[in-house]
Amino acid sequence: MNSRHLTVIFLLGLFILACKKDGLVMEKAERWLGFKKPANFPEPVYKLANNPVTREGFELGRALFYEPRLSRDNTIACGSCHIQSSAFTQHGHDVSHGIEDRLGTRNSPPIMNLAWNKAFMWGGGVYDLDLQPITPITAHEEMDESLANIYAKLQAMPKYRAMFKAAFGSEEIGTVPFMKALSQFMVMCISSNSKYDKVMRKEAGASFTALEQEGYMLFKEKCASCHSEPLFTDGSFRNNGLGIGPINDQGLYPATLKETDLYRFKVPSLRNLSYTGPYMHDGRFLTLNGVLEHYNAEVQDTPNLDPRLKRDGVLGIRLSSDDKMKLTAFLSTLNDTEFINNKLLAEQ
Amino acid sequence: MKRTILYFVTMITLALGACSKKDDVAPDFKEENLAPFSIEFDNIVGDRTFSLNNTGSPYTNAAGEKFTISRLQYFISNIKLTTVSGQTYTVPQDSSYFMIRGDDRASRFTKVKVPEGDYTKVSFVIGVDSLRSTMPVDKRKGVLDPAAGDHQTDGMYWGWNSGYIFLKFEGNSPVVSDDANGDPTGKKQFKYHIGFFGGYSAPTINNIKTVTIDLNAAGIAKVRKNRQSNVHLFVDIMKVFNGKNSFKIAENPNVMFGAFSSLIAENYTAMFTHDHTEN
Repeated sequence: MNSRHLTVIFLLGLFILACKKDGLVMEKAERWLGFKKPANFPEPVYKLANNPVTREGFELGRALFYEPRLSRDNTIACGSCHIQSSAFTQHGHDVSHGIEDRLGTRNSPPIMNLAWNKAFMWGGGVYDLDLQPITPITAHEEMDESLANIYAKLQAMPKYRAMFKAAFGSEEIGTVPFMKALSQFMVMCISSNSKYDKVMRKEAGASFTALEQEGYMLFKEKCASCHSEPLFTDGSFRNNGLGIGPINDQGLYPATLKETDLYRFKVPSLRNLSYTGPYMHDGRFLTLNGVLEHYNAEVQDTPNLDPRLKRDGVLGIRLSSDDKMKLTAFLSTLNDTEFINNKLLAEQ
Repeated sequence: MKRTILYFVTMITLALGACSKKDDVAPDFKEENLAPFSIEFDNIVGDRTFSLNNTGSPYTNAAGEKFTISRLQYFISNIKLTTVSGQTYTVPQDSSYFMIRGDDRASRFTKVKVPEGDYTKVSFVIGVDSLRSTMPVDKRKGVLDPAAGDHQTDGMYWGWNSGYIFLKFEGNSPVVSDDANGDPTGKKQFKYHIGFFGGYSAPTINNIKTVTIDLNAAGIAKVRKNRQSNVHLFVDIMKVFNGKNSFKIAENPNVMFGAFSSLIAENYTAMFTHDHTEN
């Protein structure tokens, strides 16, 4: 019975595939799937009901994401520090690189699965995706531009007047449509087609190798309490025992001014690690091996160190070279080549 | 019997109605019977009028420090009134956010509509309430638009730590040092940017202050359709320095994020005195 069902589903699948191939172009032009929650993901945090993703809104958001006019001297776009081929990070840069070669203090995080984020930035302070873009836009060392100037620049362009009209019914460019369009693009940057996802969704032919499976078991034992599945972050802010850097970045503390938040940073997702290096809030580790060695032997007992990293008085998480090899094998199943190659998310 | 009572009640009501017209007794309080009302935030500095960059005759605070003012902006929101008989009216929130600017005299009136009536008490929030501070972007219009003003000059929105600056007060004083604690640019500038609404999820500093003014002594507000009732307040900016937590500019020339901001917020809560009411 089961296998008969499977056969039917398989045949149907083939049929659909065949149809798709025939009318791919037509399909693209006519069908807009909008925001689709991956089957193995929880409900999104972002309030989509308040900003339903439409084709026009998404396309406007995408145009804005790749629009250098969002920076004061029209040189840097969001996409400059959030590059798709690097899972929307700035590969090779420890900290973000703004206008006039100014350098920020933090590593640009991936634009990935943001609809499931309840807080933004390495040091928090922003809790609504619709208000997040204000931070990099107005930061002196990033885009250094005012929102009002951006609206004026875009308002002068027939292209944007038409796009805002199509997406939000009015040519008038202001905070609400501008932020909502950017959010529509960003929430569509969903990475959910890694090998891990296919294994979890039991998609045809997907299974872990023995090494990956062993790595998965190790991951569940040693990493998953903070990097919880399926997003590979629990969205919390923790001190993972990094030595305090030369600029004494205090993490969440400046936003809350609570001593208990000193040196806590947002737990990053482990998805797409092969593309998102360097790692940590200040990009101090160039390789994944550097990260694993940090947890194995370099954790420091700084204020508010996460208790998981100091069990029975022992700092860190012991990882043998065998453990590291297995973990690395598992972590590489979180790379999502469809995500970094998705034409829909690329600059048009 | 019932009819008789009804008759009497009607007669009395009519009689009262007649009286009220002659003697200007407060009309019945009806929420839909709206008339113009304003509170005027008339900035002053101690014994002197408010002026920007008056380098020729700087002000002097209680600590004897000379200073001039280059920028003054603050939010007034959530206006609420109480009548003689204790009825309260809260101005609908969407029309109850105002930014008073030292460089724009016209901004000193918070013009709203309230039911006709005689009011003995007004209250308002200095700043932006926590609920609005966490609302979606659609609910941030006008003075609440994060795009209003430039973030480096007159903007009142903190991007990196989502929230509004409730009071922005900047100026110059020779006592400001040239080091990192003061003004490294050598311009002798002091800056007080006071915000913090209490945090999105975890509680943080809450500097939202509600001020209630009793109007009985200096004149109640008689709000009627055919006139503009205006409660004229003096707002003494000197209180920022000379309030109950008085401090020296030299010691705290820059206050933005930090526990000290709460002391300044307590100080500025005492800025408001009711001078008179124009009915």
